[in-house]
Amino acid sequence: MRKTLSIVSILIVASLVLAACGSTPAATGGNSAPVVETVIVEVTSSAPAVVAPAGYGVTLERSKARGNLVCGVNAQVPGFGYIDADGKYSGFDVDYCRALAAAIFGDADKVEFRPVTAAERFTALQSGEIDILSRNTTWSLARDTELGGNFIHTTFYDGQGMMVPTDSGITSLQDLEGGTICVQTGTTTELNLADVMASLGISYTPQVFEDADSTFGAYAEGRCDAVTTDKSGLVSRRTVLADPTAHVILDVTMSKEPLGPMVRHGDDQWFDIAQWTIFAMFDGEEFGITSANVDSVKSSAIAPEVMRLLGVEGDMGAKLGLSNDWAYNIFKLVGNYEEVYNRNLGPDTPTYIPRGLNSLYTDGGLLFAPPVR
Amino acid sequence: MQASPERKATIPFWRDERILNILGQVAFVIGLIFIGSLIYQNMKVGLATQGITLSYGFLKGISGFDISETLFSYSRTSSYWQAYLVGLLNTLSVSAVGIVVATILGVILGVARLSRNFLINRLAAFYLEFIRNLSLLVFLIFWYLAVFLKLPRVKEAIIWPGPIFWTNRGLGIPWGIPTASFPTFRLILFTGLILALCVFFTLRAYSNRTGRTPITLLWTGLTFVIVALVGWLILPEKPLTPDLPFVKGLNLSGGKILSPEFTALTSGLFLYTSAFIGEVVRAGIISVSRGQVEAARALGLNGFQTLRLIVLPQALRVIIPPLTSQYLNLIKNSSLAIAVGFPDMFYVSNTIQNQTGRAVEMISLVMLTYLTFSLITSVFMNWYNQRIKLVER
Repeated sequence: MRKTLSIVSILIVASLVLAACGSTPAATGGNSAPVVETVIVEVTSSAPAVVAPAGYGVTLERSKARGNLVCGVNAQVPGFGYIDADGKYSGFDVDYCRALAAAIFGDADKVEFRPVTAAERFTALQSGEIDILSRNTTWSLARDTELGGNFIHTTFYDGQGMMVPTDSGITSLQDLEGGTICVQTGTTTELNLADVMASLGISYTPQVFEDADSTFGAYAEGRCDAVTTDKSGLVSRRTVLADPTAHVILDVTMSKEPLGPMVRHGDDQWFDIAQWTIFAMFDGEEFGITSANVDSVKSSAIAPEVMRLLGVEGDMGAKLGLSNDWAYNIFKLVGNYEEVYNRNLGPDTPTYIPRGLNSLYTDGGLLFAPPVR
Repeated sequence: MQASPERKATIPFWRDERILNILGQVAFVIGLIFIGSLIYQNMKVGLATQGITLSYGFLKGISGFDISETLFSYSRTSSYWQAYLVGLLNTLSVSAVGIVVATILGVILGVARLSRNFLINRLAAFYLEFIRNLSLLVFLIFWYLAVFLKLPRVKEAIIWPGPIFWTNRGLGIPWGIPTASFPTFRLILFTGLILALCVFFTLRAYSNRTGRTPITLLWTGLTFVIVALVGWLILPEKPLTPDLPFVKGLNLSGGKILSPEFTALTSGLFLYTSAFIGEVVRAGIISVSRGQVEAARALGLNGFQTLRLIVLPQALRVIIPPLTSQYLNLIKNSSLAIAVGFPDMFYVSNTIQNQTGRAVEMISLVMLTYLTFSLITSVFMNWYNQRIKLVER
């Protein structure tokens, strides 16, 4: 009897593992019956994926079946991705995901945010745990090719900076000779620091930490003479230091840091949707379409491009596999690029960062969307 | 005898316990292989869909990042493989320091816990209970954030005792710089080692021949120390000149600087493990029956002799196996270094994994390395256990 029991239990364990392996980790929720269903779906859908690695449309289909978008974000950088006092996510990268959800579902709240560390983020994307990674991630050649993912168009142009305590008297990188610099692991920042210091011939000790909280925590304790990350990150983290005025960001830019979302290789439709979401936000700012006036613009639009964008004319949404009011939903529910920027990084926020390169091309910035036609 | 074949014939195989036993085991093994291959297949298919192939070739590439603490020369132009080696050596040094100090402290605690002195006994008991019931991660972070990072800044360093600097940038201790006569001194030390070994084997032969029990280890150690001291004194130029730490610009310089990460990690590890070792030692000593001590006393052995010749050899048999697990725990727990930013093997492999995206390769490499460490430790401890265990005739 006991033996039969053990055999039965082995079979149960085996089938559970089968279920766990087959279904994507993201596809949780509901009772146990749908899990068994997912097994069948997954086995059949992953088999052709190997033969034809295109995997076209898989991600959209899956997130529609799930009913929401799973977005990997930062939880420790105010202004970009942060959990506020109410336990809600807010920030620029977070709003991008909300815009994507608005484009897909017509509901900006159909997003499940997963906080991922710098170290986990690519594995989380590769394994399908998240549908998109929107976590101030720098676009680089190695990452674009080796990590099984693609970067969509940059959403935020940044550069690496260095922050020091004001009373330290440090004004240039050269003053850091022999010093200790706090940096976060798994970032391009870590590599840039080594590159820049080597090219300037400055000897230093890197003190590397797992996440932003411990990096800036150790810096605040005086463990390091300076802390380095993207300038936007420095501005944002400075706001949560005990005395923000006691720290100064040096006037040096150590690298180019184009930050943007990343999607998995092999699903070009998903890539297009993610990319055109940010383009639509650029266009929104360019054409002056905001969450406040989108309805009146839609009803009174005469410019063909605006009409195509808002779905009044043509079938642009259908080309992306979305409904025709995808861009309308983005503006209505989240807003255009400028609105999102000002909400999170604008002059009225503690994490104010001047627009700089992140202005429309018409204002001397780099934001330039391809035509909607 | 005649009845048994009939009985066998009457029992169907699904009720024959022997056959069921075998079947159960076969089913278990098949199940295990099935699950294993399922996981492997799942991983392979998953990676293939992403266009990722498994290979360790990337380890030869240039790492591009710097590491704060290295035991050999390493820079951003070194390979990933060398970066991994840096981490591995750091893990080994933390483990070695941790094991030695934890053992010494643990033995003292174990003996103190059995002391008849009320204060010592209670203090040891409090320490053991308190430390053993903490989470190691919390304990390490406490040492890092609440102790070592709260030390004064370099400018206001505490200099005590003597030339030892306590700052939140690290602990500066005096160190020695080898001088021209250092190679000669090394030769003298080597001679001392050989002499000490001679003393060791002579005393052991003497002990076997006469049945007397000189304190072999004490004399062996003493021989070495005396030779070293004489060598130090007779050399015209001292083999090492003292190198004292001092404040230079932003940081400490000179001497040996132990980073807050290193000190927090090692002190956390040995203080934590020593509590467990203390309990192991106490259990070992208690396991020697009271009669043994009484018999030793009746034979006229004094307290120290009783401990050395009667109690400890028997207690060790009980102590060694659980002590081995404590050593293994310490080695494996050193991977918590990542929480305090000390570049041990797991930390460096994590960095490599982030920079290359090779999660499967790095994790399996790390698992394999920890497994190797642990197996080597337990092989050694098993060998030692075999040597000291009761020889039954």
